Amino acid sequence: MHSYQAEIISRYFLRLPAGPDSPMRFNSLEDSFGHTPLIGLPNLSPAPNVRLWIKMEDRNPTGSIKDRAALWMINAAERDGLLKPGATILEPTSGNTGISLAMIAKQRGYKMICVMPENTSVERSQLLRMWGAEIIYSDAAGGSNEAVRHAKEISVANPEWVMLYQYGNAANALAHYESTGPEILEDLPTVTHFVAGLGTTGTLMGTGRFLRERVPGVEIIAAEPRYGEVVYGLRNIDAGFIPELYDESVITRRFSVGSHDSVRRVRDLLDQEGIFAGLSTGAILHAALGIAKEVVKRGDSADIAFILCDAGWKYLSTGIYEGSIDDAEERLEGQLWA
Amino acid sequence: MAVSTPEIDIRIPTILRTYTGGEKSVQASGSTLAEVVADLDRRFPGMGERLLEEGKLRRFINVYLNDEDVRFIGSLDALISSGDNLTILPAVAGGS
Repeated sequence: MHSYQAEIISRYFLRLPAGPDSPMRFNSLEDSFGHTPLIGLPNLSPAPNVRLWIKMEDRNPTGSIKDRAALWMINAAERDGLLKPGATILEPTSGNTGISLAMIAKQRGYKMICVMPENTSVERSQLLRMWGAEIIYSDAAGGSNEAVRHAKEISVANPEWVMLYQYGNAANALAHYESTGPEILEDLPTVTHFVAGLGTTGTLMGTGRFLRERVPGVEIIAAEPRYGEVVYGLRNIDAGFIPELYDESVITRRFSVGSHDSVRRVRDLLDQEGIFAGLSTGAILHAALGIAKEVVKRGDSADIAFILCDAGWKYLSTGIYEGSIDDAEERLEGQLWA
Repeated sequence: MAVSTPEIDIRIPTILRTYTGGEKSVQASGSTLAEVVADLDRRFPGMGERLLEEGKLRRFINVYLNDEDVRFIGSLDALISSGDNLTILPAVAGGS
């Protein structure tokens, strides 16, 4: 072998750990999660000293922030001996977590079954099947509540299946405590506010705890999507649901954002900053802008970091990126749009 | 002179409309959330008990004052002003 061949092999083909010399080289797709860009929004920021920063979580392997939680939950379950070779994973999901789990499960030889509400966008089903997941649909009425209830029933009937259960799995929040939080603080040491969506609460709990331990006075703000009435169609109030991960003391404010404001903000992001985001990001931006306006009114300064959960690709079929906002709102009625 | 308390719009979730004769939106008045809930119960008997338990908001009831969760702005002591709006929703699992 010529010396140059040996050099090519050692430089390009050997599975060497990525290190400081090659920070953008990874040994596999899942290793490339995280370290997503934090991008300033010069046009949407209301003042030179009140700045908005968006963390581009669509740059993760399957295109959403859920890759972090999925990786941490599967790794924890393997370490704890819950997931053995050939195992079947069961998970209630409205899309993104299922998609992330399905990708990792397929690479590692697990079977993936998702319980998903039927009122979700068609792209989510297509993506899940693309990565080899089987889908069991739950009723539209009751939204994710119904998916969780149904998945728990299936889990009882199939005790050999492993339900990672993102709503109560500590590894979900830990993913953000160990990755999202440190990344934000490293890129924005002057952070004063963190805004994220409230679903499983994992992003807010993990990132929130990390930032609160290190940044005195930091505000942790939750933006909760407010859906159409069918999603709140419980049989009685006692059938309500609060994720086991949720700890009210971690957050400082919590806002409910409807589809009209979310669509409006998604379009603002496109028009003013060129960023193509999914609908839950619109809800988060709406809350972030509300906070920014308050800061300006008080005459203070702020660096407000918020999450772009995913890009808009899997929402294209909803038609919300064109036409009137009222029409878009009507099309989203009854849909689990975030 | 009696101080007038603001009358505000309150959005009622499907599950509680049996108390409001099917109305989606009703009015009640008070200068704090506690007073609004008391007035709501006077106008729609039984509503108070569905919202409160041992003098606090029920665990699975969320109340938003101008879209902000009242638990972070004083809960039942949250101050109400003219032109405010309240939304009552059951706590449900979010998308993920």
